[in-house]
Amino acid sequence: MNASAACTPLRFLLNGRPVSIESSSIQTTLLDFLRDRGLTGAKEGCAEGECGACTVVLVAGDGSGSAYRAVNSCLLFLPMAAGHEIYTVESLAAQGKLTEAQQAMAAAGGSQCGYCTPGFVMSLFAEQYRPGRLGPCDPEALGGNLCRCTGYRPIRDAALALGAAPEGPWRDRLAKPAPPLESVEYESEGARFTRPTTVAECLGILAADPQARLIAGGTDLAVESNLHGRRWGRLVSLEAIAELREFRETEDSVRIGAAVTLNEIAARWNAPPESFRQWLPLFASPPLRNRATLGGNLMTASPIGDGAPLLMALDAVAHWAGARGRRTAPLAEFFTGYRRTALEAGELFTAIEIPRPGPAFSRFYKVAKRRVDDISTVAAGMAMDWDSAGRIARARFAFGGVAAVPLRATAAEEAVLGERWNESTVRRAQAALARTLEPISDHRGSAEYRLAVAQSLLEKFWWERREEAAA
Amino acid sequence: MNVAGKSVPHESARGHVTGEALYTDDLVTRFPGILHAWPVLAPHTHAMVTRLDAAPALEEPGVFTVLTAADVPGEGDCGPNRRDEPLFPKEVMFHQQAVAWVLGETLEAARLGAARVRVDYEPLPALLTIEEAIAAESYHVGPVHLARGDASAIESSALRFEGELAIGGQEHFYLETMASIAWLDESGGVAIESSTQHPTEVQEIVARVLGVARHQVMVECLRMGGAFGGKEVQSNAYAAVAALGAWKTRRPVRVRLTRALDMALTGKRHPFLARYSAGFAADGRIEGVRIALYSDGGWNLDLSEPVLWRALFHADNAYYLPAAELTGYVCRTHKTSQTAFRGFGGPQGMLTIEEILDQAARRLGLPPELVRERNFYRGGDTTHYGQIVKDAGRIETIWQQLKQSSGFDQRRAEIQRFNTGHAHHKRGLAITPVKFGISFTATFFNQGAALVLIYRDGSVQVSHGGTEMGQGLHTKMQQIAAESLGLALEAVRIMPTRTDKVPNTSATAASASADLNGAAVLDACTQLKERLAPVAASLLECAVHEVRFGGELVCCDHGSVPFRQVCEAAYRQRVALFAQGYYRTPEIYFDQQTGRGQPFYYFAYGAAVSEVEVDGFTGGYRLLRTDILQDAGDSVSPVVDRGQIEGGFIQGVGWLTLEELVWDAQGRLATSGASTYKLPSWSEVPDVFQVSFLEGATERGGIFGSKAVGEPPLMLAISVREALRDAVAAFGAGGVVTFASPATPERVFFAVRRAVAEREALASPAGGAARR
Ligand SMILES: Cc1cc2nc3c(=O)[nH]c(=O)nc-3n(C[C@H](O)[C@H](O)[C@H](O)COP(=O)(O)OP(=O)(O)OC[C@H]3O[C@@H](n4cnc5c(N)ncnc54)[C@H](O)[C@@H]3O)c2cc1C
Ligand code: FES
Ligand code: FES
Repeated sequence: MNASAACTPLRFLLNGRPVSIESSSIQTTLLDFLRDRGLTGAKEGCAEGECGACTVVLVAGDGSGSAYRAVNSCLLFLPMAAGHEIYTVESLAAQGKLTEAQQAMAAAGGSQCGYCTPGFVMSLFAEQYRPGRLGPCDPEALGGNLCRCTGYRPIRDAALALGAAPEGPWRDRLAKPAPPLESVEYESEGARFTRPTTVAECLGILAADPQARLIAGGTDLAVESNLHGRRWGRLVSLEAIAELREFRETEDSVRIGAAVTLNEIAARWNAPPESFRQWLPLFASPPLRNRATLGGNLMTASPIGDGAPLLMALDAVAHWAGARGRRTAPLAEFFTGYRRTALEAGELFTAIEIPRPGPAFSRFYKVAKRRVDDISTVAAGMAMDWDSAGRIARARFAFGGVAAVPLRATAAEEAVLGERWNESTVRRAQAALARTLEPISDHRGSAEYRLAVAQSLLEKFWWERREEAAA
Repeated sequence: MNVAGKSVPHESARGHVTGEALYTDDLVTRFPGILHAWPVLAPHTHAMVTRLDAAPALEEPGVFTVLTAADVPGEGDCGPNRRDEPLFPKEVMFHQQAVAWVLGETLEAARLGAARVRVDYEPLPALLTIEEAIAAESYHVGPVHLARGDASAIESSALRFEGELAIGGQEHFYLETMASIAWLDESGGVAIESSTQHPTEVQEIVARVLGVARHQVMVECLRMGGAFGGKEVQSNAYAAVAALGAWKTRRPVRVRLTRALDMALTGKRHPFLARYSAGFAADGRIEGVRIALYSDGGWNLDLSEPVLWRALFHADNAYYLPAAELTGYVCRTHKTSQTAFRGFGGPQGMLTIEEILDQAARRLGLPPELVRERNFYRGGDTTHYGQIVKDAGRIETIWQQLKQSSGFDQRRAEIQRFNTGHAHHKRGLAITPVKFGISFTATFFNQGAALVLIYRDGSVQVSHGGTEMGQGLHTKMQQIAAESLGLALEAVRIMPTRTDKVPNTSATAASASADLNGAAVLDACTQLKERLAPVAASLLECAVHEVRFGGELVCCDHGSVPFRQVCEAAYRQRVALFAQGYYRTPEIYFDQQTGRGQPFYYFAYGAAVSEVEVDGFTGGYRLLRTDILQDAGDSVSPVVDRGQIEGGFIQGVGWLTLEELVWDAQGRLATSGASTYKLPSWSEVPDVFQVSFLEGATERGGIFGSKAVGEPPLMLAISVREALRDAVAAFGAGGVVTFASPATPERVFFAVRRAVAEREALASPAGGAARR
C-alpha cells in the first residue's frame, strides 16, 4: 500500500479554535466526535441525514467571500472535516447573549421538547447570514430539519421574523474567503483517509489500492456506515480535486464536475431547463444538497435515484477516467444492471455534460409519500421538441422506480415520434410503457401503482403542455 | 392573574436554543468508564431459542460482558400489568426481539460482539395480521362489551349498510430515542437517568429485576426529547438492562437505542380493524350502530387493554348513539408490543364513527357536515356508557363559530366552482368535531403530588410527579407556583423529576398531568401561604386574613414586605418552609362489568375545517388551509396550549396521510428507518393555519379554569382525511368513497380511479340504465 505517504493529524477549526486529531477512526462521524467532546447541542435523531437534529455549519466559499452552510454532522466522517471551519450551536451564544436566530426561535414558541431545536437554530442561522439574501428568512431553508412536536408553524414564524443579518463578527467572517482545502493523508486503526488534489493522483491511488473507496459528499456512504456497519480500509475524498469541482457553461453544453454539490450547481447554472428547476427542491433537503454531488448520485446507480431520470431526458453524457484513459457514454447506456454502471474498478467518474440548447418543453415529476425530502416511488424526467409543423421531433421519457435500473422508455418515445402530442398519442405511449416497465412492489408502493402512475405521468406531461400552450 | 394565563416561553426555551438543555444521553461523558450496550437481535418473527452461547462475543476486543437471563438476580420480567414481558425471552415473539445484551467499552465493540453471540433458533409459524389473529382466535383481551339500547333498530332503518375500515398504526418517532444510564451509588443502591414518562414504574421494574426493595432504586428524568406515549411503559426494559448491567459490572452502563433499533424494538400506535353495520333515518340521524374493534396488540399486553377501552369510549366521538353495540378485542400477533400513543385508542374509535357518518351522508345525498351536525350530543344527553356529557352545548357552539370564522359555506361554493373548472385537480373541504374524555380510565391513576421548597432568600424549588417531554408541563407548574406565591417566574425553579422527591407517581399521560400535578402544586403553595401569612401579619401588623401575596411582596392594605423577608422571618420563628401537595380527581368511577360509570372528569372539545387539493394524475395532495377552534378552558399557558394544538394536529395529519407502517410477508418491519417512514415535514403544514381558543370556556374544577389539551387536537386531523374523501368524491358521481387509513397518495390515486370509473360508467348509456 501507499505506505510512503506521510500521515498527519487531522486539523480543523472548531468554534474558532484549532483542533488536531490523531486517533479517531476514519469513520467516526463528526457528530459522535462533537458529542464525545461534550458538545452535546448537536443531537442524533436518525444518523441518516433525515432529521437535521445534528446540524452544524461549515464555512464554504461564496464568490470572493464565504457563507455558512448547514450540513448534517452525522453524515460527515471526521477526516472530511480536515481543513474546514466548523461552528456548532455552542458557539452562537458564546458571550451569553443569544443570536437573533436563537432569540426568534425562543420568542416564537419554536421549541417544545427542544431536541430538534439546536439543529433548527443552526439552519436558521445559516439562512440569516446567506449572502445576498433579502427580506425575511426563507422557511424552506429549514427543510432538512424535522420536528415531531411543534407542527412547524412557530418555527416558520421565527424564520419570517428574521431580517438582515446583524453587524458583528459573524458577518465580518463572511467577507473573508473560506479556508482552502488541501490534501489529507490520515491513518487510524489501520484504515486510511486520503484527499488527493488531481485526477491523476486519485487514479494512482485507485490503481495502487483496489480496496480504496471513493467518497464525494458522503451522503450515501455515511448512511451505509452508520446504519449497516460497513467499514472501509481506505477512503479517497474527491472534495479537493479541482477538475471535479468545475462547472462550465458553453454555447454547446453545460459540463458539471462530478464533485460539484447540488446547491452549487443551482447557484451556478444560469438558465437551466424547467425540469432541473423542478427537480432541485424535490431532491433531499437543503443541508443534503450542500454536500451531495451528481457524481455520487449517478454512481450509486440506484434505481430510485432522481439524478438519472432528469439527466437522461436531457440527453446527458457521462465522462469518466481510468487506466484506459478518458471515456464517455450517453447516460442512457450508462446503467448496465442493478446498481452497476459502465465504470470499471479503478475508474473515476469526472463529469456530466448536458447538450445545449435544452428541450422546448421539459418536466420532472417525483411521486412519493411525502411531498418533499422523500425517496421516489416513481420519478420521471420528460422532454419534448416539435418540428415546425407541430409534430414531435424528439421525445424523452425517462423513469426511476420502475425497473432494476433507471431507464429511458424508448418504445414509448418511438411510439410518439412524428405525431402530434394529443390524448391518443398519450394512450399509445402508455401502452408501450406497460410493455417496457418492470416495477416491483415494496413499502414505497405496489407494482400496480408504479406502472399506473408512470403511465399517468405521461398524461400529466401532455396536460401541462396543453395548459402552457393555452396560457 | 399575573403569571398564569400569560403567554410565556417554554420554561427551558433558552436551554433549547443554546443546546444547554440536557437529555439523558447528553450525560454520557460525565460517567468515566461507562459501558455501552447493544442487543443481540433475533432474525426470526417467532421462534424458540434453543441455545445461546455468549462466549465468542467475549473474544471480540472491547467486549466486557454479555447479559443473559442467568444474570438476573430478581425476576426477569418487565410487564407492567401481566408478567408477560421477559427481558431475555426464550420464545422470540417478534422480528428482531432482543434475546441478550452485550456490554462493551465502546458502542462499536458491543455491536461487533453482539454479532458474535451464537444463538440457535427453532422457527415457528407467526401471526402477522389482525385477520390472521381473528381466524386463530388469538387474543390478549376480549371480547369486551359496551352497549346501549337495542341495536337491532338498525334492521328497520331507512338506510342500512355495513363495512370495514383498516386503520394503520403510527411510529412515535420522538426525536430522542430510548435512553438510560445506570450506575451504583456508594451505598449499594442503583441510580438511573431515564428518558421515561413514568419514573415510578421504571423504579418498580428495576427493583423487580434486581430483586431489591424500591427504596434502593432512584430514577431521574431530566426531560425527554418527545415521548407521545411511547415512553409510558416501554422505557422500562431499557432502564432495566442498564441497571442490570451496572449491577453485574459495578460500572456505569448506557443503553441508548439508535433510531433503527428504536423502530425495530419499541411498540407503536395500535393498528385497528373496525367492522361495522349502521342504520340511519332518511334525514341522516343515527338509529343504531354495531361496531367490532380489533386492535393489533402485538406480542404482549402492555397498555392494550385500556387503549381498547378508550377506543370503545370514543366510538361516539361527539354524536349521540341511541343504540350501540360495541365489541372489542386485543389481537395477539408477532409484532412489537403496541402501546400508548397520544389519543390512546380514542383516535381509532373516532375515525370509525366518522367513516360511518360520511358514508351515510353520501348514500343519503346529504352534505356530510349536515349529517354530523344532526347527530351532535345536546345538553342533558348521556354517552353510551351512561355519563352525562358535561357542557355538551359547546359542540354546537364551536361548530357554528368555526363554520363562520372559516367561511365554510362560501368556500364550499368556491370549491365547487374550482372543481367544475379543473378536470384533473379537485379540492375538498370538511369540518369534523372532537370530544375527548379527560382522566385515566383506571381511576386510581388519577392522583398528583408535589413538593415545594422555599429557601430563606425567598427562592422556590418545585418538584412534582410529572415529567417534561415538550408538552410544557414544567412551564405550567412554574406559572401555577409563581402565580400562587405571588412571585416572578424566575423565582420558581422546576426540578428534574425524581422518584426520591415525589414517590408513587402516575405516568405523565392521559393529558391529565397539568390538572393533577397542577392541583397538587397549588395545594402545597396554599399550605405554605397559610403558614407564611401569620408571620407576615406580625411583620405588617395586620390581621392574618388581610395578607395577600403578589408582586414578589406580601402585602396588606397599609403596607408590604418583600416575600424574601417573610421567609427569613418564618425560618427564625421555626416555621417549616416546605410542603407536599396532593390531589385526587373527584367523582370518577367506571364498572367494566356493567359498562356504566363516569370515567371522565370532563370532556375537551374542538373542531377543525380543512381544505385539500388532490392531483388526480398521481394521487398526491396538498393541505391548503386548516382552521381550528379548541376548547382549552381558560388556558394557563396560551403559547404552550397553542403549541399542543398545532403539533397534535400535524401529528394526526401524519398518522392519517403519509405515516405508513409496512410489515413484509415475513413479519419484518419494512418501514424501519427515517428514510422509509416519513413524518410530516414542512410540506404537510397548511398554507393557512388558523388556531383559536373557545372564549369564555372556564372549566369548573380545572386548575385556574383550564382544560387538558395534550391529546385532543390530534383527532382534529380527521378533518384532513374527510377533506381528501370530499376531493376524491368530486372526481366521481357522488357515490361512496372509501380507502384504508392512512390515505397515502397510492390509496388516493386508486380511489380517484374508482370514482372516475363510476362516473364514466354512469355517463355511458348502458351504465345509466343499470343504475336505474
Ligand atoms: C436524507 C437523504 C435524502 C436523500 N434524498 C435523495 C433524493 O431525494 N434523491 C436521490 O436521488 N437521492 C437521494 N439521496 C441519496 C444520496 O444523497 C444521493 O444519491 C447523493 O447525490 C449522493 O452523492 P454523494 O456525493 O453524497 O455520494 P457519496 O456518498 O460520496 O458516494 C456515493 C457512491 O458513489 C461513489 N462515488 C462518488 N463519487 C464518485 C465518482 N466521482 N466516481 C466514482 N464513484 C463515485 C462512492 O464511492 C459511493 O459508492 C438521499 C440521501 C439521504 C441521506
Ligand atoms: S442525526 Fe438525523 S440528520 Fe443527522
Ligand atoms: S420540539 Fe420536539 S422535536 Fe421539535
